[in-house]
Amino acid sequence: MTGKATAGNTGSSVRSDCFVSLEITKTGGIEINLDSKVEVLYGENIRQECRKVLDFYDIKHCLLEVIDTGALNFVLQARLEAAIRAIITTDKEYLPEMLAQNLYSTEKDRYRRSRLYLPGNTPKLAINAGLHQPDGIILDLEDSVAPAKKYETRFLVRNTLRALDFYGAERMVRINQIPKGLEDLEFVLPHNVNLLLIPKCEDPEQIEVLEEVIGEMKHKYHIEHPIWLMPIIESALGVIKAYEIASSSPYIVGMAIGLEDYTADLGTQRTLAGNETFFARCQVVNAARAAGIQPIDSVFSDVSDMEGLAANVQNSKQLGFDGMGCIHPRQIPVIHENYAPDVSEIEKAKKIVNAFIIAEEQGLGVVALGSKMIDPPVVKRAQRTIDIALKLKKIDANWRDEFLKED
Amino acid sequence: MAAELVKNFVGRTVPAEVNGKKQVPYLGNGKYRPEGHRYGPPLVCAEDYPADGNKVVPNLKEALQAAGLKDGMVISTHHHLRNGDLVANEVFKIASEMKIKDLVWFPSASFPCHAEIIKYLDDGTIHHIEGSMNGPLGKYCSMGKMRGTAILRSHGGRYQAVEDGEVIIDIAVLAAPEADAFGNANGLHGPSACGGLGFGLADSQYAHKSIIVTDNLVPFPCIPMQLHGNYIDYVVVVDKIGIPEMIVSGTTQITKSPDRLLIAELTAKFIEAAGLIYDEFSFQAGAGGTSLSIGIYIHEILKRKGWRARWSIGGTTKYSTQMLEEGQLEYMLDGQTFDHNAVESMDKNDNHYAISVFHTYDYHSKGFYLSMMDVVVLGATEVDVNFNGNVITHSDGLLLHGIGGWQNCLFAKCTILPIPLFRNRMPVILDQVTTLVGPGSMVDVIVTERGIAINPLRKDLIDKTRHSGLPIKTIEQLKAEAEAICGKPAKPELEDDIVAIIKWVDGTVIDSVRKVKTK
Repeated sequence: MTGKATAGNTGSSVRSDCFVSLEITKTGGIEINLDSKVEVLYGENIRQECRKVLDFYDIKHCLLEVIDTGALNFVLQARLEAAIRAIITTDKEYLPEMLAQNLYSTEKDRYRRSRLYLPGNTPKLAINAGLHQPDGIILDLEDSVAPAKKYETRFLVRNTLRALDFYGAERMVRINQIPKGLEDLEFVLPHNVNLLLIPKCEDPEQIEVLEEVIGEMKHKYHIEHPIWLMPIIESALGVIKAYEIASSSPYIVGMAIGLEDYTADLGTQRTLAGNETFFARCQVVNAARAAGIQPIDSVFSDVSDMEGLAANVQNSKQLGFDGMGCIHPRQIPVIHENYAPDVSEIEKAKKIVNAFIIAEEQGLGVVALGSKMIDPPVVKRAQRTIDIALKLKKIDANWRDEFLKED
Repeated sequence: MAAELVKNFVGRTVPAEVNGKKQVPYLGNGKYRPEGHRYGPPLVCAEDYPADGNKVVPNLKEALQAAGLKDGMVISTHHHLRNGDLVANEVFKIASEMKIKDLVWFPSASFPCHAEIIKYLDDGTIHHIEGSMNGPLGKYCSMGKMRGTAILRSHGGRYQAVEDGEVIIDIAVLAAPEADAFGNANGLHGPSACGGLGFGLADSQYAHKSIIVTDNLVPFPCIPMQLHGNYIDYVVVVDKIGIPEMIVSGTTQITKSPDRLLIAELTAKFIEAAGLIYDEFSFQAGAGGTSLSIGIYIHEILKRKGWRARWSIGGTTKYSTQMLEEGQLEYMLDGQTFDHNAVESMDKNDNHYAISVFHTYDYHSKGFYLSMMDVVVLGATEVDVNFNGNVITHSDGLLLHGIGGWQNCLFAKCTILPIPLFRNRMPVILDQVTTLVGPGSMVDVIVTERGIAINPLRKDLIDKTRHSGLPIKTIEQLKAEAEAICGKPAKPELEDDIVAIIKWVDGTVIDSVRKVKTK
């Protein structure tokens, strides 16, 4: 088969990426023209890698041009595979090795305070993302990717899931809207994804369709770890159906709201005060809580306004949200700090956890605080508050001393 | 070209002779002790200078002619006008028009605006450069196009070379944002204000002839006298000595890069955890993106603890100025002034004090400030597993930066290098640096976004930070981590030809730079 295809990015602001232009020919052997910013250190390495991939697809004759701005190997492989498979019809995948440190699964009720969105087709933003310690990293296949780039992005997202260290962040992918998003799954599910974000969700049927496909693929690829779901409500209809959606699957762990699309759907504009979205936010919080899942707020888009972000998070926490998306790593500490429990919450949690420990020590089946009985979920939440407070150094490791002294 | 090569104290091969002059290989600190006296310029007599103090000549060409410009002379300039300098290019344009050949340019630093100098290297006006080489000039030199061998020195090493008589300046051409007709000058006022003029001090004191070039002549006396007219032969008034917006930036901005901010934050945490910061401590942090944000974190720590730094050396900006004004810094000693706020502060605040490289860095003086300093934060293009540092070449062998005060700063009590583990796939920690600019025994800590490596020689720092919760790793671990991500880099192939040598602070040769192979 012969033909021409390109993949990847080039331009003055592009880094850690490459642009490949491939022409498969009938004769002439393999010709590789490389223009690389790291020619001296990695030129040979890059040429070798290209030959390996071409050989894998049994390509004997081609003209390959690579403009490289310091792409890591898995990026180069994704670009080249995308170009090849745009010409040759094949299911063969050239997979980079899955990093051992990426093989973890996540708990249903883990923290999801901050989820860092990364445009799926921009490798330079992904390389250090995990170092900023967001609770989750989202590789985005949806709105941040131009329609013409959707195809090649899938290869890059797949390779990123395998070869990039997530440093313990929950491994998330935002697929395209169902049903189109179903096509993304082959590139995502077999690569230890922890959670899928389902954009523009407005009907539980979308979840149903998705779950069916996930079930089939789990079976096909012998996937045993849970793949959590987080629908994003982004329309008036979605808001109305929020509870039905939230309660439509046991794999749904949280429900997020996307306010840019929602306000557009309402025919209004997003303001800092947020009066226009108050109803929707409350509805999502209420529906999520009713379904026993985490309500997650929309992103705050002014990345230079940290004070505005802090105020936004405090407001969000007060409304009942557990976390929000972020679009810049510097937002992460501000989000964590402001969703963190305040002094009165910590004091209350201390009393509850202390009462729980005493009850355990005394072998009591019931936890009581004064004359009030404490339910297990309340204890669990209090324990989590203490954990966060410890992690943020808001309390000391020996915080129980004050109670012991009182005894 | 085939000069005899010798191996120096740090195992680098360096030439025994450069540009026809014998060289001493680096022997280790304190081992090379030249004897004799400081160099002195020829005696002069005030009778030969105008009694009315008016040393103004009509233009730069006449001043150069009067100074006796001829083939083979050493011409010096300072770099306080940074990338906005219009004077250095003009000097060599005139020399070229006068068909003068084989000059040596001895700048305290060069900038991209000096790319025009390449023309005068090509036409034979300039034989070689002794000074930092930035951007296009570095590339030109790396390709082996310069006739002579470049000599790179630190800021302190430049003063040392002049006072030792290793470099004899025939004519110093000193740009001055404010000057009087007698030749007193400062950098504080006028359209081309740049702050201090400390880099021109050695030149004014030791050059055989000194020319002040100003675009802002004021009646005697020009106060303050950062440069003294008693050393000056001629004063030239021109329309413009520099492009103001390229001299000082209107607004210095801290980095927005989340990765650099992460490194800055880690550095500040390390400084605190290791007990390096305390009430009355001293520090130097530059004006680069990462350094600037480290300064801001240091400011925050001092505020939180209710402490004050006694003194700092800058690279001053609006951020260090703020620290001075808000009371977290008592004295700011200023070698270079980077933005408008800092220029204004130097003019108005007595505790913001202009100094020169003689005071801070000069190794052949009776002590220098840097050895008293608690913490200094520096950059690097590369380091190696033995903590040796490189600031002048990139991993592909190209010469692209000057040394600045980098070598001199290594004498501080603790030197910290905050650097990314890799830049756009190029690993920063190598088995061996491409060019050894500073010996590893003097580099204490390397902070990257993926962990902190402490020099094994600093057991005290290792002990202090053992339980800090900071990601302390060995330098080998960090190197392995970078290679796992980027792949193992090939070594650049370089030619045998030496295009530049690197001087250590005492005038000995610590390394040489080889010509880059061209395809």
